[in-house]
Amino acid sequence: MAKEQNGCVKPARGPILPAERTGRQGETSREEAVVVGARVGREAVDFEAHAYIRGEGFKTIKLSDYRGKWIVLCFYPGDFTFV
Amino acid sequence: MHKIWQEQELSRMVEGGVPFPMVSDPGGRIGAAYGVYDEAAGVDIRGRFIIDPDFVIRAMEVLTPEVGRNPEELIRQLRAFQHVRATGEVTPSGWQPGQTTLKPGPALVGRVWEVWKP
Repeated sequence: MAKEQNGCVKPARGPILPAERTGRQGETSREEAVVVGARVGREAVDFEAHAYIRGEGFKTIKLSDYRGKWIVLCFYPGDFTFV
Repeated sequence: MHKIWQEQELSRMVEGGVPFPMVSDPGGRIGAAYGVYDEAAGVDIRGRFIIDPDFVIRAMEVLTPEVGRNPEELIRQLRAFQHVRATGEVTPSGWQPGQTTLKPGPALVGRVWEVWKP
């Protein structure tokens, strides 16, 4: 197995808004993005976050890195709890 | 923290530890965007989303933290959405792979009882 890396050297951006992604002018606040939120039948909210991946170590990933695949996104209150 | 959980506990439950990325959400900003952040407790509650290859959310399930999820139902939904995407058919309630599907359209209206006998 390759040596695990620690790539979490700078803060991750968190949610990425559509306006931010396309570089469009006209500010959309973070609060508005929260209101837009997640809905079935709508495009998922992209985000950037630090991840621990078995065998690869710590790295910064985006949800959209997995575009083109089926994704299951799970939230849970904390490590060492059941899921 | 994720690494310690993997090494101390998960690797004892799943051989080699869980194979998917474990992400942290400090401050709950990602959870808030997905409607699963509990500000009072300062944690993300149990939310689960199925996202298709076009990056469209197909399903969501959100529970308060006391009750765990049912992975079999997640896999059933995932297979059903994959079947629908591949065939254009729709799957009735409780559908499992291999069972009868429905072809939506005017001809089906009022005739589901004839076609679908679970």
